[in-house]
Amino acid sequence: MKVVNTDIVIIGAGGAGLRAAIAVAEADPTLNIALVSKVYPMRSHTCAAEGGAAGVVKESDSLDYHFNDTVSGGDWLTDQDAVELFVNEIPKELTQLEHWGCPWSREDTGKVAVRPFGGMKIMRTWYAADKTGFHMLHTLFQTSLKYSSIRRFDEFYTTDLMIDDGVCRGCTAIEMRSGEMTLFLGKTVIICSGGAGRIFPFTTNGAIKTGDGMAMAYRAGVPLKDMEFVQYHPTGLPGSGILLTEGCRGEGGLLVNKDGYRYLQDYDLGPPDPWPRLKAMELGPRDRLSQAFYHEQKKGRTIPSKWGDVVHLDMRHLGEKKINERLPLVRDLSRSYVGADPVTDLVPVRPVVHYMMGGIHTDINAATPMSGLYAAGECACVSINGANRLGSNSLGELLVFGARAGRHAVEYVKTVGTLEGDARIEKQAGDAESRIKSLFKRTGGKQRVAALRRDMNMTLEEGCGIYRDENSLIDTCTRIADVRARYRDVRLEDKSNVYNTDLYQTLELGAMIEVAQTVAISALQRKESRGAHQRLDFTARDDENYLKHTMAFYNPNGDPRIDYADVTITKSQPAARVYGGAAA
Amino acid sequence: MSERQIELEVLRYRPEMDDKPFFQTYSVPCQEEWVVLDALNYVKDEMDRTLSYRWSCHMFVCGSCGMAINGEPKLACKAFLRDYQTKIRIEPLSNFPIERDLVIVQDDFIEKLESVKPYIIPKQEKPIDQGEYLQTPAQLKAYKQYSMCINCLLCYSACPQYALEEKFIGPAALALAHRYNMDSRDVGRSAREHVVASHDGIWACSFVGACSQVCPKDVDPAGAIQQVKFTSAVDYLTSFLPGGKR
Repeated sequence: MKVVNTDIVIIGAGGAGLRAAIAVAEADPTLNIALVSKVYPMRSHTCAAEGGAAGVVKESDSLDYHFNDTVSGGDWLTDQDAVELFVNEIPKELTQLEHWGCPWSREDTGKVAVRPFGGMKIMRTWYAADKTGFHMLHTLFQTSLKYSSIRRFDEFYTTDLMIDDGVCRGCTAIEMRSGEMTLFLGKTVIICSGGAGRIFPFTTNGAIKTGDGMAMAYRAGVPLKDMEFVQYHPTGLPGSGILLTEGCRGEGGLLVNKDGYRYLQDYDLGPPDPWPRLKAMELGPRDRLSQAFYHEQKKGRTIPSKWGDVVHLDMRHLGEKKINERLPLVRDLSRSYVGADPVTDLVPVRPVVHYMMGGIHTDINAATPMSGLYAAGECACVSINGANRLGSNSLGELLVFGARAGRHAVEYVKTVGTLEGDARIEKQAGDAESRIKSLFKRTGGKQRVAALRRDMNMTLEEGCGIYRDENSLIDTCTRIADVRARYRDVRLEDKSNVYNTDLYQTLELGAMIEVAQTVAISALQRKESRGAHQRLDFTARDDENYLKHTMAFYNPNGDPRIDYADVTITKSQPAARVYGGAAA
Repeated sequence: MSERQIELEVLRYRPEMDDKPFFQTYSVPCQEEWVVLDALNYVKDEMDRTLSYRWSCHMFVCGSCGMAINGEPKLACKAFLRDYQTKIRIEPLSNFPIERDLVIVQDDFIEKLESVKPYIIPKQEKPIDQGEYLQTPAQLKAYKQYSMCINCLLCYSACPQYALEEKFIGPAALALAHRYNMDSRDVGRSAREHVVASHDGIWACSFVGACSQVCPKDVDPAGAIQQVKFTSAVDYLTSFLPGGKR
């Protein structure tokens, strides 16, 4: 087996991984970094983020306002020490990105422009037209090329963490072009592998968002936190699930039902006028807007389409000039995929799975409970997002906590000195390789990857969607346990070594099943409604029993073990979430 | 939803078992609004697990799924079946070695991208607490178009010069160099010049313009290269004037 000796291994080269790598390179240029990713950095899903990144920069704004919006947006499940740190650091991170060349949209004065976003009291979302994530990712990738200590391993699929005596020391990864297993051996690992939206059938997430890093940490004994909180974005294109940014509504777009009625006013988000108005109607938080769609559908006020029921996003009054300037990708995607030009037509939309609030449990330094293991970005749960993330907080999160992960990993490496146990790790790596080889040797496997994936997808959507209840969740848990059992008999049909996507899809499916199980079991056990987790049988928030983080621990032979951890509350006591006229 | 039967003729090549590439035909039941990528995904899931290709975002932004569709370089997620007849031929992007099936080796491009120093080289570092650099919308516009490149490599596949001479730095990397040269925050043009204005840089471009025609993001690399040629030529000539560098 090939061995790469290094100091810091970073798994994932999207926004968080690249930011972490640069932070390490700047903090200590003598440390070697192995940046390992299953795709080239610019393919990472950060590129698909459209709307922007929130950070206090305007004089009318304050850190407290951003803090309060984020904490109440998260339905008080956020850790307030983390949020405070986040809102304080994000303006600096966004400015740093500006210095690195990010093409932020500007005011006439040359200052960075901001736009309104859902659930935010003040306009504070920095944006680069409607391709913010794309520009941030390419800026970070291109900037990372300045640092000679960052060594990239593009298209290496990571299979396992290497852990010696409770300390994480590296990982094994398959070089995709050769199929050769490689051991990355260092002193610490940072996981920045993104979310897992692909566990659902209808998602904005790209094919690569399969929860590999979450599952890897989970299998190694690190808990996954708050996994029942899955964000549905209210405006996805039907059929494909392609995201239409919240910026559409930030720029003034309206949501109407089959009667042309702005139905959000019926769900504690009105009154509709005067408009535009922050924290009201179309600029409410994502969980509430997606839930409103569900109720409109039940009332028969949505619009049937060949792709299922939809509502309409009306941007016609914005005019062609503004749409071209602020929302060019939205126009391109809408015309191409549903044949609707936002300049002249109503665009059909429906809620779509977008983001995992939950993830690998970390503290505010991006450290997991395992020595030597850090995590940042969507794969992690700090938690600044609580029960519902506000739009434009995730691009900020990957910068702030990516950088913190990098800097704290450097501090950690300085303290550990020389580590022993390389021989034991090489044996572990050999075991990891044997597990892959056994997939190749298996004969007579009956289970097909596509069929298992479809079963997992459908049961999650049916039982664990915008609204859940005891029966739907028990059914989902049972069916996922069945999928998990069947996966043990999965059939690898392609036995070749070079760029074997049958193999990677098989391994990705294994990761997704583990993650899906934590989502369903965590949801079943949380008998309350909070943020994105809505129970038809427990409709109220229950702070007495559930103002807690869910912790799901891996169990190789059964359901995950569920435990709970306290939420950190510093200065904002839990209260009612207020939007619409009452929020003014 | 109405269904259409499409014949996909896909170029296959698995270096461990195939002496040379060959075409394999799949008859795929397709939905009318599908793109070519959806049809390939159907093949992968339902017909042949051994077919390999790259893809991720399905929304024209990650740049993974470039391939030749009926001989034209395209993103498979932006190639709508409604624009094609019943038979569609799918090959890997030309001008690159085939790694496997529709997957190409892109090391050469990555090296070229790195060679043009695609990052801000500031006059002097500015402390973060002094805030952002001011950049007016007009200054932003000067380079914005060239910052839209998704590195999908369609332009290299279409470029006749790159087909003849693989040392040519090529459209996307040169456009990216131009993007940073035109950025009001950057003073790195001279640091990029030895690559950009070299024999294998802008001067190798014969201005056929195929790169700009196939670009899915309207980056117009050909226009960028023409602009760089002009400024480099002016630099060269002014270097002979009194006070010039020469």
